[in-house]
Amino acid sequence: MKSLRNPGMLLIPLMAFLLVFYLLPVFLMLLRSAGEGWSFAPFVAAFDSVVTVKVFVFTVKVAVGVTLLTLLLAYPLAYFIVTTSDRMAALLMAIVLVPFWTSILIRSYAWMVLLGRKGVINELLTWIGVIETPIRMLNTTFAVYIGMIHVLLPFMILPILSALKGIDGRLVAAAENLGAGPASVFRHVILPLSMPGVIAGSVLVFVLALGFYITPALIGGPQDMMISMLIAQKVELYEWPEASAIAAVLLVLTLAALALVGRLISIEKVLGRATG
Amino acid sequence: MKRSIRVSGPITQTLLGCMAFAVTLFLIVPVLIIVPTSFSAGSFLAFPPPGFSLQWYERLLERDVWAESAWLSIWIALLVTLASTVLGTLGAFGLVRGSFWGQRVVLAFILSPLIIPGVIVAIAIYFFYAQMRLVGSPIAIAIAHTTIAVPFVVINVSASLQGFDRRLEMAAQNLGASHWDTFRLITLPIIRPGIFAGALFAFISSFDELIIALFIAGPRQVTLPLRMWESMKSSLDPTLAAISVIAVSISVALFFTSTWLQARAKRRTEALTETLVGGDA
Repeated sequence: MKSLRNPGMLLIPLMAFLLVFYLLPVFLMLLRSAGEGWSFAPFVAAFDSVVTVKVFVFTVKVAVGVTLLTLLLAYPLAYFIVTTSDRMAALLMAIVLVPFWTSILIRSYAWMVLLGRKGVINELLTWIGVIETPIRMLNTTFAVYIGMIHVLLPFMILPILSALKGIDGRLVAAAENLGAGPASVFRHVILPLSMPGVIAGSVLVFVLALGFYITPALIGGPQDMMISMLIAQKVELYEWPEASAIAAVLLVLTLAALALVGRLISIEKVLGRATG
Repeated sequence: MKRSIRVSGPITQTLLGCMAFAVTLFLIVPVLIIVPTSFSAGSFLAFPPPGFSLQWYERLLERDVWAESAWLSIWIALLVTLASTVLGTLGAFGLVRGSFWGQRVVLAFILSPLIIPGVIVAIAIYFFYAQMRLVGSPIAIAIAHTTIAVPFVVINVSASLQGFDRRLEMAAQNLGASHWDTFRLITLPIIRPGIFAGALFAFISSFDELIIALFIAGPRQVTLPLRMWESMKSSLDPTLAAISVIAVSISVALFFTSTWLQARAKRRTEALTETLVGGDA
């Protein structure tokens, strides 16, 4: 490939494609949100409504909640994978990655089968005799949390896992030799060194949660409207400028969350690991 | 051997193991539950199970709308795979081997469709297509899907290029190979698993894609995810479970194939490096 003076030229076809079919449409959408004569009327119209504000508050609340819960579930699992035998670790990794390869649509369907009124869980509990009448689980906020945590867990597990794997075991040995107990070693050595993974995973999960559409639309109730669903609804009602304005705010929110940690690149590492 | 970072005693480790078991169960059970559902004799999975039957698979074969949708999705996904593999592989070479100003920004831009909410990308493309009168053609769907599929190719090919010992190429050229032969005989075989993994991911990301299709597909382009979505909103009969089982089986098979191919390629590359440049890769 030395025949090319600058191999960077090989990027031209891809960049041209993305500029026309990705950046330009997004740019035009942002332009649309500015309204006629840069009045920003669509923003005023969109955010003047109580519904929009409510949807934003709900979405951020769910995104924060889902992030914290996935962290709580992912950290112990990641730590266990790093410290267990190789065979067990390989098995657990396969189980983490297989749902990754299953479409969100199919996984939402699976939760419908599990959580429904006549679903597996209700039927099982009735059969055992724990409950007499089915519990309402599907089309609730609870279902939204469960479904979203299920989809987003691997995005939290993988960065934490890679941070834990990167910790030099000699540091742990040194701390132990200096008389630190297990709790102290964990608190003062392992936890701080795994923080980059925790932060990368949390930002990734938070940002992805902000944009969720399919899962809440299928297994949530009417009260569980998230930003993406509101945008889609506005598009269906032909309120395109308002839809664009809300999308613009969601885009800014997403980019701000990413910029806060500053490293979009870490996502490449996360996904690279998931695929490789 | 590397010193483990394990500090937990046997009791803590057992507790951790139980937790890990519970979390993995939570991850895998919903994927597995569709299997018995699809073979159910009733119209839902009940306890105790009403019996075994293949009726939902038969129904799938009888109703050609599902087959039509499946073919449409496969066709679009193949176009997407072709386009994104070519664009993405070239792009990965440019990113890894080139050096130019703003490289990190370019990479972030190429990967951004993976992180930016799907609805934003979908409506932006929908408005754009509406103005160009492109809504409702399979090619238009394929173009839109290529945007979200191409990052997977770039990630995978870049990874294999970064783990690449360039001394192998130099060794080949010192032995008299032309640029083209070096590429064909050394570079391509080494990065092939990366390209293959990227292509697989590109295929699946298009085949499973719903949100963009939801906006830009016309009434005559009902892709498989679109048909599943429609069906899920009206009734929940186990035909969906049957189609899901088929889809998941294909995905899982592809996943293990790609893992296996990459492991094999890694061993071969290491052996080749050992022979040509004396290891230390």
